Amino acid sequence: MKYKDYYAILGVKRDATADEIKTAYRRLARKYHPDVSKETNAEEKFKEMGEAYETLKDPEKRAAYDQLGSHAPGQDFRPPPDWGREFAQGQGGFDDIDLSDLFAGLAGRHARGGTGGGRRADRPLAGSDYEAVVRVSFDQAFHGAEIDLELSALEWAPDGGMRRVPHRVKTRIPKGVTDGEKLRVPGKGGKGANGGPDGDLYLDIQVEAHPLYRVAGLDIHVDLPLAPWEAVLGTSVNLPTPAGAVSLKVPAGTRAGAQLRLTGRGMARGGSTGNLFANVRIEVPTVVDDRQRALFEQLAKTSNFNPRAQLDQEAAR
Amino acid sequence: MTAPADDAVCLDSMTEVTWTQLVSASGLPEAELRELVRYGALVPRDPDAPTWTFEARWLVVARTASRIRHDFELDPHGVSVVLSYVERIEQLQAELRALRARLG
Repeated sequence: MKYKDYYAILGVKRDATADEIKTAYRRLARKYHPDVSKETNAEEKFKEMGEAYETLKDPEKRAAYDQLGSHAPGQDFRPPPDWGREFAQGQGGFDDIDLSDLFAGLAGRHARGGTGGGRRADRPLAGSDYEAVVRVSFDQAFHGAEIDLELSALEWAPDGGMRRVPHRVKTRIPKGVTDGEKLRVPGKGGKGANGGPDGDLYLDIQVEAHPLYRVAGLDIHVDLPLAPWEAVLGTSVNLPTPAGAVSLKVPAGTRAGAQLRLTGRGMARGGSTGNLFANVRIEVPTVVDDRQRALFEQLAKTSNFNPRAQLDQEAAR
Repeated sequence: MTAPADDAVCLDSMTEVTWTQLVSASGLPEAELRELVRYGALVPRDPDAPTWTFEARWLVVARTASRIRHDFELDPHGVSVVLSYVERIEQLQAELRALRARLG
């Protein structure tokens, strides 16, 4: 088991008072709480802080933690031989769990009716809800997908201790999910005990960025680069869309920044469908040969188009 | 034979959850959840109905409330204030995403 220095995580001394520990936690929670923080690794940092605070704010758990001794963070260690007898009766092996599991087990044992054999075996207990981050590709989000999840779940061992077990779930992600969305898979969390219901599994969806498409709600945006003469004269382009390529007519006189809408070509979800927008960009050739340069010069002499008419007017004041 | 896949359900306004489901999923005491409804932090479909039902998106809010309650050690009123800021942040993030999608 790897050692974590809960005091160092909260930035307090080992003899800090309960009040000092609370203040340190609150100060850090303001900065790193994942619901409000944009700090890098806020979620990871907050989890570590929460774990440290949960242990150190409780006198009994703090005493149990202190009995583990002081080690370097990350150092492999084993609790002293009499630690299990004193604090976590029935705690089996320490190899496949981490420090937070150890203290979760200690807290859970109390919630279930006291240390060791005192727990009430007949009371129905609901299974825990699980949460998992699921990364899906843009295509999976657009079309929907069936995915296999392999989670690591903490559960009670027959000896009354805690153990980590693999928890496999096969689930169907509906089409049209968006980045940051939460989904629920009913009954796929932790197992209930004594007839209690199973917990649910919550999925935190992260949609990977696509090299072409960008999503806003149900709408999809794609850049459409045009040559200056295509924008002036109009053209027809073969435009890729997530549901297959379509032929798009670009009207003559299309300006940079124009959005050409393809109705119903966006994300589909629960009976609603978004649109796909082709956002026009005008690209210019950076290298031209003599003949092309001559043509452009001829155009410059012939055309009376002035894109800066308003600026010229202001400048002349 | 491989086991069939379970459907993941979107927690949006299309799906409905009962009060009991909301209480159970939030992990908060029922009285505190009622207080959050009184403060307008959670909104039933019909507040005057004898039994409350909610759009499933409130389930996400109720779970966030539970996290905030626990992590910041706040009372329900404090939780409701933080929830309003979290909602505002989410709205602004959605607007930012939409603008970035338009601008590239």
